Amino acid sequence: MSPALIAALPFIGALLPGLLIRSGRDVAALACAAATAVALLGLGLHIPAIMAGEVITARFAWLPSLGLNVHFRIDGLALLFGILILGIGLLIIAYARHYLSRRDPAGVFYTYLMLFQGAMLGIVLSDNILLLLVFWELTSLSSFLLIGYWKHLPEGRQGARMALTVTGMGGLAMIAGMLILGNIAGSFDISDILASRDAVQASPYYLPALLLILLGAFTKSAQFPFHFWLPHAMAAPTPVSAYLHSATMVKAGLFLMARLWPVLSGTPEWFYIVATTGLVTMVLAAWIALFRDDLKSLLAFSTVSHLGLITMLLGFGTKAAAVAAVFHIINHATFKAALFMTAGIIDHEAGTRSIARLGGLRRLMPVTFVIGTIAALSMAGIPPLNGFLSKELMLEQAGQTDWQGHPGLVFAMATLGAVFSVGYSLRFVWQVFFGPAREDYPQRPHDPGFGLWFAPGVLAVLVVLIGLFPNAMAGWLVAAAASAVTGTAQHPHLALWHGVTPALIASVVALAGGAALLALNRRLLAARAAIAWPEAKALFDATTRAATCAAGFLTDRLTNGSMSRAFAALTLTVVLCGFWAFSTGGWQGAARPMLPIQPVPLVGWVLLMVATCCMVAFHRQRILALVLVGIIGLMVSVSFIYLSAPDLALTQISVEVVTVILLLLALNFLPKFTTIESRDRQRAADAFIATLAGLGFAALAYVVMRSDFAFPSISQYMLANSYRLGGGDNVVNVILVDFRGYDTFGEITVLGIAALTIFALTETLLAGTSGRRLRNWVHGSRRAGDRHPLMLVVVTRLVLPIALVVGLYIFLRGHNMPGGGFVAGLVVSVALVSQYMASGFAWAQERQKINYHALIGAGVIAAGLTGIGAWFAGLPFLSSAYGYVKLPGLEEFELASAMGFDLGVFLCVLGAVMLALNSLSRIARAAGGTTNLDPMDIDPSKEARR
Amino acid sequence: MELLLSSAIGMLTAAGVYLILRRRSFAVVLGMTMLSYAINLFLFSTGRLVVNAPPVLREGAAAYTDPLPQALVLTAIVISFGMTAVVAMMALGAFIEGGDDRVDMPAADRLPGGSRSAKRISGDGDA
Repeated sequence: MSPALIAALPFIGALLPGLLIRSGRDVAALACAAATAVALLGLGLHIPAIMAGEVITARFAWLPSLGLNVHFRIDGLALLFGILILGIGLLIIAYARHYLSRRDPAGVFYTYLMLFQGAMLGIVLSDNILLLLVFWELTSLSSFLLIGYWKHLPEGRQGARMALTVTGMGGLAMIAGMLILGNIAGSFDISDILASRDAVQASPYYLPALLLILLGAFTKSAQFPFHFWLPHAMAAPTPVSAYLHSATMVKAGLFLMARLWPVLSGTPEWFYIVATTGLVTMVLAAWIALFRDDLKSLLAFSTVSHLGLITMLLGFGTKAAAVAAVFHIINHATFKAALFMTAGIIDHEAGTRSIARLGGLRRLMPVTFVIGTIAALSMAGIPPLNGFLSKELMLEQAGQTDWQGHPGLVFAMATLGAVFSVGYSLRFVWQVFFGPAREDYPQRPHDPGFGLWFAPGVLAVLVVLIGLFPNAMAGWLVAAAASAVTGTAQHPHLALWHGVTPALIASVVALAGGAALLALNRRLLAARAAIAWPEAKALFDATTRAATCAAGFLTDRLTNGSMSRAFAALTLTVVLCGFWAFSTGGWQGAARPMLPIQPVPLVGWVLLMVATCCMVAFHRQRILALVLVGIIGLMVSVSFIYLSAPDLALTQISVEVVTVILLLLALNFLPKFTTIESRDRQRAADAFIATLAGLGFAALAYVVMRSDFAFPSISQYMLANSYRLGGGDNVVNVILVDFRGYDTFGEITVLGIAALTIFALTETLLAGTSGRRLRNWVHGSRRAGDRHPLMLVVVTRLVLPIALVVGLYIFLRGHNMPGGGFVAGLVVSVALVSQYMASGFAWAQERQKINYHALIGAGVIAAGLTGIGAWFAGLPFLSSAYGYVKLPGLEEFELASAMGFDLGVFLCVLGAVMLALNSLSRIARAAGGTTNLDPMDIDPSKEARR
Repeated sequence: MELLLSSAIGMLTAAGVYLILRRRSFAVVLGMTMLSYAINLFLFSTGRLVVNAPPVLREGAAAYTDPLPQALVLTAIVISFGMTAVVAMMALGAFIEGGDDRVDMPAADRLPGGSRSAKRISGDGDA
């Protein structure tokens, strides 16, 4: 089975519960289990090949230009983690089916669980670190959903948030680290990165990359000082804790360290950072676990401790230590998942997880007792269980490690960690199961049904079997995974008895010490309770609260509801950043000569400047300001003509007309004058900001115009290929409808959406209270006596056919001469709007049957269909074709498929402009505009008839 | 010529920013129109200024104008019309609904700095 399919199966499975949950939770659980089992089977089929040293890959290009490829690989390490994820996943699905109560939405749970499983599997199967990062973030998100599954519990929500904050932060750091690593290696594919160890370690960026990647791995794997989120994540339902927080997600950090081990390890930096962090985490967390009262909390800290142990082993950087790390990953997953499930069973049946309220469950819950004890003794490292084997290997490696010239230090610390580990494991067994049975359990405890103990039972059997027959049960997997981690073939021999070695003596010491700790437990608890320990959650909460307050302070200062303040802050920031960027940019000085100033443009410039000044000075008289806007727009159009851009001039001038009409329609209701509200000082400050912005922008424009292109412009390509590829001489139009047709397609869609928004706003305004207010509107200003003047009506009637023909002409010639769909649409809409203006909205509306919504829709569809048409010719979306047609009676003319696209542009622009203006006039009509029956107020033809 | 165009761009920008900083919606709409002129001219100028060059392909032409910024600005002009229309409509709607055309939140609705975030935290009960 293709690795890509294996990675996809859990995601497919995630869709099933939503579809099937109505058929009952059994069906949903079965569907998830089936998807998981098929994926596991697919993985299993690759085992012989991987044992032979092969690497199974599947490769798809996603964004090759960025180095982001969907490359999957299955080697020994991926196989090991894949088996853990899918195998334990299968057990968790079965366990959760019986664990969740009737009130819990099981479908949601299974969907989240499968999402998480897919994300986790994606991490281990990725052969591209960017793809891995995508899955990495996905595990953070899906685990957030799983931890906060019981939404009604505040602890659940807080724990989920804390986990997301810490792991998300680490994830961000890791993105940076991965990008650096990929840049050093020259590829983001793991296969390539693994081969470039020397280049990476010689790079000056090795340490930053290492630190950032480790930050991601340490937060995910709850290493000190980021360990505090894991115990709080225990608010999750127990199946989640058993899955995420013992077997899979917290091991993602370990996986990553193992995956990049051949590249990153072996340096002093690696050793001191990774091994020390692991060692400190192992001892510290084991110490804390000794005092925990909540069973899951105890297990959580012990998980942190064991993760520290594996981190330390990876940090040693020797191949034997890597073998031990891989073996302990397997063993820890088996006994810890079993223990979490046991804790869940106890919680489920006895009604509490507090050790202080438990005890004596041995006779009441014998099956649970057996499973829990086997798993706990394995955690303590008691022979012949599997935990003993890997712990011996760990102690042996620790004994051979020299830390800053202190050979015994690591060994002593590791032995101390082992002592604590035995202590809390024995405490788990002793204080929960042994002792006299009590009368005051919250519920009467009894063994659960087969469904609940089946999953931990399987794991407990594995614990024993791996312990007794390590080579047969796990040796092959360890060999495959360790070979993948170290990059050389490993054939470890796992055995219970190594003779009397320092490691064995340390184990015996640990056992004795642990037993002593158990005996002293009550005194230790009392002593510890007397000291005020720093509470990580309180620190975390204080930090987040401070950050939130600071952000809130800043936000509220900048955006307190006053738009001018927010905009002033924005403008100042942009100007300052621009200035800073320019002053550090190293401009070489003017490279292009200036064009000479001719008298006519100078006159235009003076007009523009005067109009702009007047506009600012007189903006309170709104109608006058609108006239001045018209002048400015005209000058802008003229400058486009002068600077060889006739297309722009045509567009600008027609847009100018519709804009002024639109604003006039709005002014029909808005006040005609603005009163002075702000104080002089305020206006002076605003003027200062505006001047700064103006000067900055002017300087930028000047510098750009006087500089040469930094990169060769792609315009040359367009000029050279406009005719050959697009069949048009008007390069601007060919760019719009062909080279950048996709942009234009988006733009006309946006324009259509804008018009529909205006329509929707109008609909809202016409209904409800504002509609009533409109109907009782009293117009402040005197209205014109002659609303539909004879001259205007006659002239617009005469102009209409001419304008339509001009529009058609501009449209048709657009491909080869200035013009095109945009301009044509605007010209035609101006012609139509002038009819509305002359004879009134209602009169004109009754005489035309065009639905503007349909026009917009037809435009977008026409453009889209033209684009899709290219598919039938086997070309990409929006490729155009052209040919020459000869019709009788006409000259030979060119027909390009781009014309269909331009037609879409035309229709959409026309529809959008008309719909916008139409909507505004509907408001005017609602406000009591009378409907005239005649096209004009004084109709001479009527007089004559009479 | 470059000097003229860049000073015009600066002037339009200054006018636009000043008007957007006003308190009434109509002035803001006018300001955005001004700003669109400035930005469109600027985008156009990134193709560098050329006088009397043919804009369409022609036999024997020595140099052409840069068509790419022109194509970009052409759509920008149309889009800025769409934006002006939406903003004008919103201004109109706010005036009809609310009875005045101020762009700022009424002083009574504004939150004194900091209290909103403080409330957010304590109100949640989770933090």
